[in-house]
Amino acid sequence: MDPMTALAEAPNAATVVRDAVARHGGDVHDLVQILREVQEVCDWIAPEAIDALVAELGVPRTKIEGVAGFYSFFYLAPRGAYRVLFSDNVTDRIAGSAGLKSRMCRNLWIEPGKVSEDGVVSVDLTSCTGMCDQGPAMLVNNRAITRLGESRIDEICELIRSRVPLDEWPAVFFRVDDNIRRTDMLLGSPFELGAAMKAVETRGAPGMLDELLASNLRGRGGAGFATATKWLLCREAPAAAHYVVCNADEGEPGTFKDRVLLTRRPDLVFEGMTLCARLVGARRGFVYLRGEYRYLLEPLNRVLAGRREQNLLGLSILGVAGFDFDIEIHLGAGAYVCGEESALIESLEGKRGTPRNRPPYPVTCGYRNQPTVVNNVETFAAASLIAVYGGSWFAAVGTPQSSGTKLLSVSGDCARPGIYEYPFGVSVGQVLADCGAGAAQAVQVGGPSGNCIDAGEFARGICFEDIPTAGAFMVFGRQRDMFDVARNFTRFFAHESCGFCTPCRVGTSLLNDLMDKLARGQGSPYDFEQIEILNHRLRSLSHCGLGHSACNPVLETIAKFRSTYERRLVHTQYVPAFDLDRALAEARQMTGRQDAGAYIGDRK
Amino acid sequence: MDAKSRVRIATTSLAGCFGCHTSFLDIDERLFDLVRQVDFDRSPLTDIKQVGDCDIGLIEGGVCNAENVHVLREFREHCRILVALGACAINGGLPAQRNHLSLASVLQEVYLTAPGPAGGLIPNDPELPLPLDKVHPLHEVVHVDYFIPGCPPSADAIWQVLTDLVAGREPVLAQRLIHFD
Amino acid sequence: MNAFKLDGRDIPFEPGQTILQAVQAAGQEIPHLCYHPDFKPHGSCKLCSVRINGRMVSSCTAPAHDGMTVESDMPDINEERRTLLQMLFVEGNHFCPSCEKSGACRLQASAYELKMMSPHYDHFFPDRPVDASHADYLLDTNRCILCSLCVRASRDVDGKNVFALSGRGIHTRLIVNAKSGRLGDTDFSGEDKAAHVCPVGAILRKRVGFAVPIGQRPFDPPHEGD
Repeated sequence: MDPMTALAEAPNAATVVRDAVARHGGDVHDLVQILREVQEVCDWIAPEAIDALVAELGVPRTKIEGVAGFYSFFYLAPRGAYRVLFSDNVTDRIAGSAGLKSRMCRNLWIEPGKVSEDGVVSVDLTSCTGMCDQGPAMLVNNRAITRLGESRIDEICELIRSRVPLDEWPAVFFRVDDNIRRTDMLLGSPFELGAAMKAVETRGAPGMLDELLASNLRGRGGAGFATATKWLLCREAPAAAHYVVCNADEGEPGTFKDRVLLTRRPDLVFEGMTLCARLVGARRGFVYLRGEYRYLLEPLNRVLAGRREQNLLGLSILGVAGFDFDIEIHLGAGAYVCGEESALIESLEGKRGTPRNRPPYPVTCGYRNQPTVVNNVETFAAASLIAVYGGSWFAAVGTPQSSGTKLLSVSGDCARPGIYEYPFGVSVGQVLADCGAGAAQAVQVGGPSGNCIDAGEFARGICFEDIPTAGAFMVFGRQRDMFDVARNFTRFFAHESCGFCTPCRVGTSLLNDLMDKLARGQGSPYDFEQIEILNHRLRSLSHCGLGHSACNPVLETIAKFRSTYERRLVHTQYVPAFDLDRALAEARQMTGRQDAGAYIGDRK
Repeated sequence: MDAKSRVRIATTSLAGCFGCHTSFLDIDERLFDLVRQVDFDRSPLTDIKQVGDCDIGLIEGGVCNAENVHVLREFREHCRILVALGACAINGGLPAQRNHLSLASVLQEVYLTAPGPAGGLIPNDPELPLPLDKVHPLHEVVHVDYFIPGCPPSADAIWQVLTDLVAGREPVLAQRLIHFD
Repeated sequence: MNAFKLDGRDIPFEPGQTILQAVQAAGQEIPHLCYHPDFKPHGSCKLCSVRINGRMVSSCTAPAHDGMTVESDMPDINEERRTLLQMLFVEGNHFCPSCEKSGACRLQASAYELKMMSPHYDHFFPDRPVDASHADYLLDTNRCILCSLCVRASRDVDGKNVFALSGRGIHTRLIVNAKSGRLGDTDFSGEDKAAHVCPVGAILRKRVGFAVPIGQRPFDPPHEGD
């Protein structure tokens, strides 16, 4: 198809918008979903689409542009019919993503970040897409492609050049493996559809809350708040409506266990949400699924449809009058900060994903300012099993303060990356032995915002008492430079800062610039001092956890791998962050001068 | 006071307008107090061309060309304490207003497009320093020890910092002496 | 009576007041930029951060509690605030000598108060638009510090939504409610509350720039001999 034909067949933005708005009942709270659906048809959010959204939704243009401009996956300028985004996690880099991206750009004759001259394709970077065990990975029009290699890149370039529609690309490109390496209660316990809800009806709500309390289940998102307490607080908060939200915005680089849970045991998750709804009195629930997992939307909707058919969702669930509950899946659109529960709720409400001021907490003032339970995918799955097998069954596994098991997403320098389920308390060293990481110098547990564990600490345990984690476990062999790892994480935080508060908005960029400066060999002790001050400011002054933890990777690698920084402080005197000779290049070109005075002369 | 214990001061203007130097001269009769304690090295006041070893270097103006870079580095090398004097030295000031334009477009506009006597030629004499693509404040090129803000800083502010430094004190500007315009 | 300690002084407060509100009601101040008594505080600039039990919190949003001990005017806290100001100065293009708001600008005044002698960091020198399309007002986003006071004023008081923030992170930017992106094509007017809340020189009334001479403005340092 030549570009002219493509132009002629361009969908009518107004019609697309009208249909999308109608599917969402004209509810502006669904703006993020509406924008996604419009872009999936139109390739971008054109001014005409915004005109139509303004007319159909009756909201000002600033609202639409403000929200669309926040999310990485929404485009207010054309980005081509094929929008290629390379996953830029450090594990993708280790697996060679940078070279593959250059190869693709050379092959397609385009500059990274820019749209090709014919307007067909763009190639850029995106934050970790959650395929760390099968990378390098990319998204093409938000569809995940795994196991990239030179030949696959060349094939993709050819498909793009020939304008082959994405649906006709080889299915093997889109294959996503579960790579389950070790199972325990969560992935291994038999579960009969509806069993958890039947157990609740038998036990009654107070009985179920007792089991949950006895289980000592704590939130799997990393913070570890007691699930029974959260549900009880929500249940007791008086309100017109209550809501249940499943946080499947698995954005922490290196984490992919929710993807596998939602692929393997979606019923466990949905049933956990349903029994939560039963306990807190919610009629409506949401799964906030990260946009990178767009390919899971249809399969998950099929599971939901099946549950409705079996009367496990909908009106009078299991024939119990007044037990009405249903679940909708909302997709994110490329914003890590939406994994923070109050930012997630803002996004669910069709807004920019800016974290709210807390208190009040979502449990009393969440979605539409009503009491809302927000829990991780894994937490809901565990709750289902606790309903069936009982609280003491669950509490018997793990450590005193961390009952049950934890799913770990293992990636990086190891022979067998994938999902490992362990009882809480497992040592870092045990996991390393099991995944075949013989020569590890460090493990990043919990992703960039978590902890960097060096070889001297491999006896430490994974549990709330010692090393808490939402599940990321990235292994770095001795050949890796931990400075590069920290720099990759720093870039991630700068890219994902929401921009609301000054210290995080500006500070993460300043920190990123300083790390780049050191990487370019322009570092001096002055820069090192600045990095330490910025780290302190971010931790002290930021509005939310993103800013607080943005400095963790740098602080921890400075503490544990100081020599990798000192090696980069090559100058004793201050050196500019820009190359002085290069800063004269434009003038040399304009004047045609090549005499000695046309250079600063540092490179003699 | 013998020559060895006297404080040696150098001053210069890079991409500035000499407004800060003019303001410096506004310390008026206090200049007599100052010269009793200090010697001036390279400075528009002395006409010395090469900076020697000094205690204090005062620099007005930002860094807009290759010569500015060389002079700034010489000052940094020879002055124990380097002071950025005025808005341009501190944030690039007026010359930095070209930073949102490409240097090519600036040269084109000035020498080729705009009416004027230049005769349609971008000067390429090796005697002329080449402009940098962006104008930078001093602290983006070398380490700077102290800053005296203002466009220009008042004579009182300059006097305050200088007398503190000459006396070996950490310079402190009273809030009434701090202004950016 | 409910009261807390601010740097050792007793500050009475009404239930529901935030720390900053109570401090202002007591006739005292904490440096701030994004707070305005007419709008719901949201705590984005972080300049009003104070220390309670060793933790920094935004005093504009943190509720006052009886008996709490609040530290504010401390050398180390002011050092942190100075960093925030330096971040704002290098993030935008703040060239005070050419700005009509000089002497009446809260960013500049805060920098004087906290003795910010230089912006310290490398400047971003961002390329930001100046919009002179409106008949009576100039919008110079070079000076915008993203406090969103105009956003809140236009939305909550004027009912117009003339302004909003778009973009994310360091690319966050102020936008206006027009397809052209021009202020002149919105229904913005000088009567709007949003026309009078900008703490810096981003939203400026035309033709009155120097009606009050430099040197006689609210935050100008006192002149010699004053």
